[in-house]
Amino acid sequence: MTQAKQPIIQIRNVSKRFGKVTAVDNISLDILAGEFFVLLGPSGCGKTTLLRMIAGFEMPTEGQIIIDGQDMSLVPPNKRPVNMVFQSYAVFPHMNVTDNVGYGLRISGVSKGEIRDRVAEALELVKLGGFEDRMPDQMSGGQRQRVALARSLVMRPKVLLLDEPLSALDAKLRAQMQFELADLQDKVGITFVTVTHDQDEALSMASRVAVINKGEVAQLAPPADLYEYPANRFVADFVGSVNIFEGKLTLDEPDKAAVDCPGLGKIYLNHGVTGPHGADVWVALRPEKIYLHVPGEGKAVRAAAQDAPDGHNLARGTIKGMSYLGDITLYEIQLEGGQMIRVSRPNLSRHDQEDFTWDDKVSMHWRADSPVVLLS
Amino acid sequence: MSGALQDWKSQKKPFAAVVSAPVFWLALFFVAPMAIVWLYSFGQNAGPVDIEISGTLDNYKRATEWLYVSIFLKSFAVAALTTLLCLIIGFPVAMAITFAAPKWRPWLLLGIMLPFWTNLLIRTYALMALMGTNGYMNKGLAGLWEGASWLRTLVGMQPLEAWTPVQLLYNNFAVVLGLVYVHLPFMVLPLYSALDRLDKSLIEASLDLGAGHFKTFMQIVVPLAAPGIVAGVMITLIPALGAYLTPDLMGGTDSQMIANVIERQFKRANDWPFGAALSFLLIYAMFILIAFQSMRANKVKEV
Repeated sequence: MTQAKQPIIQIRNVSKRFGKVTAVDNISLDILAGEFFVLLGPSGCGKTTLLRMIAGFEMPTEGQIIIDGQDMSLVPPNKRPVNMVFQSYAVFPHMNVTDNVGYGLRISGVSKGEIRDRVAEALELVKLGGFEDRMPDQMSGGQRQRVALARSLVMRPKVLLLDEPLSALDAKLRAQMQFELADLQDKVGITFVTVTHDQDEALSMASRVAVINKGEVAQLAPPADLYEYPANRFVADFVGSVNIFEGKLTLDEPDKAAVDCPGLGKIYLNHGVTGPHGADVWVALRPEKIYLHVPGEGKAVRAAAQDAPDGHNLARGTIKGMSYLGDITLYEIQLEGGQMIRVSRPNLSRHDQEDFTWDDKVSMHWRADSPVVLLS
Repeated sequence: MSGALQDWKSQKKPFAAVVSAPVFWLALFFVAPMAIVWLYSFGQNAGPVDIEISGTLDNYKRATEWLYVSIFLKSFAVAALTTLLCLIIGFPVAMAITFAAPKWRPWLLLGIMLPFWTNLLIRTYALMALMGTNGYMNKGLAGLWEGASWLRTLVGMQPLEAWTPVQLLYNNFAVVLGLVYVHLPFMVLPLYSALDRLDKSLIEASLDLGAGHFKTFMQIVVPLAAPGIVAGVMITLIPALGAYLTPDLMGGTDSQMIANVIERQFKRANDWPFGAALSFLLIYAMFILIAFQSMRANKVKEV
């Protein structure tokens, strides 16, 4: 696995401007061989432009893209060792499945026998055996996407680029394809680079995620780090759901820290944050990491909350909104200071959602390792 | 949508009211005159103005004489060459408009459409003014000739002989050039509409899979633009086949097309029955072309 540490794509200070608009702003990052890399960001953040620059359809205004040790500045798309699965799939409508998948091999002059074998192998890989003679307009969107995948994989590229691969599929199929894509990547061992605006997609498939905001990398980390240790407010907010409160850092030592949040109360953390004392900071708290206190269970809850000094990591409020989602119930709670906080609660038993209702006064707590202090 | 259409069909009276006017118009001004001309083609002159419709086939027999068959064939050849040239010139133009920046596209299309708003006669005479022996084309060529001659004297060679203007007009070349000029927009517009509908990511996918620009053009762009190519060919070929003004004004004595012969029958020769027979032979030829195209279109749909 030492080989897996090698960067296959090196992006060096790459910028792309369209007229006065800067789509990509001085991005540098390495994509490692064999990883499932995801570029995640809101629409218009520049992630697709970055992908298209790797494919060769756009040229960087500044900077350099190196694929497998070779500078790509003067290499046109048809000479790059990468292949792309387009958002619209771009399956050739006038060719059947076999001809679509074999297109690239035919172009590069591979012998007929080898084309037949490799096409069959690729179709098997994407579970499209038996569809050889179908025309694209006789296939569903999901099947066309498999054709596009096979058409790229059959070329055995060093890197497979996928532009919003799941955005056009319905929810059930999307969940299934997430697993299949990850499985496929594992099987073929090709580096996958995927663009998406869907954080679930990114978290479930990626080995590493680059969150892009306004043409810059906001954070580059494995999915769990992105969610549990967001680097800034943008990432905390974009990846998953979060409550963010402004506060002042009042205590910051190697093994503990405290933040005074006027909206939320006194926050205690069981680790240091290395921020300047008295600085303006933000505290991010995920809805699922807040426990609502059910009347009568108070004692047990207080026991659980004892990892913080008295009066810390506790809040009180009134339930103003509820949405029952089946597996969890989402509560909108107005804190005593007037601010709103979102709390989610798993429905561990069939009647859990009946524990609270609108206008209930509730108290809540969270563990000392749950809040994240953000400096920007 | 289909509900509304079905309503139309069930509401017979308003449907008839709306449809009767155009049907009446077509019957009176299209079907009736055509029927009369069709009847003439089976008749013979019975005096300076009278035509007796005797059911004779003599007019059609006469049309099979080599003189007329050869003009028919020549008209086909000229129209086919015109269409081919329009396709060769029009395809890059249509592609250029398709790939131009969106803000330029309406202006480029306007540039293609603009000649439509000028009378054909004026456009033809303008073109003739360019191509005459004293026209700008000859002046430009003369300038190049003199320049070349001067360059020869610079290197110590004999100067060229004096420039003799090239006869650009009144020959088959002029007819084809004039027809291409007139019919180019008919080719460009259907090609543009086909190329505009083409998903650009298909072209990128082809490049991505290793095809160069030429292979992408032949394997992806041309097959997918086929409906536009067929439409453009038909819409160019048919009017070019019946072209009258261009060969009349720009052609020489040997460049008349079938429409010129037909015109002569109706006017100078005052032989309406024969003119009618030639006209209908031309119409049948066009019908065959259109039938051929729709058969092909159905075939494409089945695949």
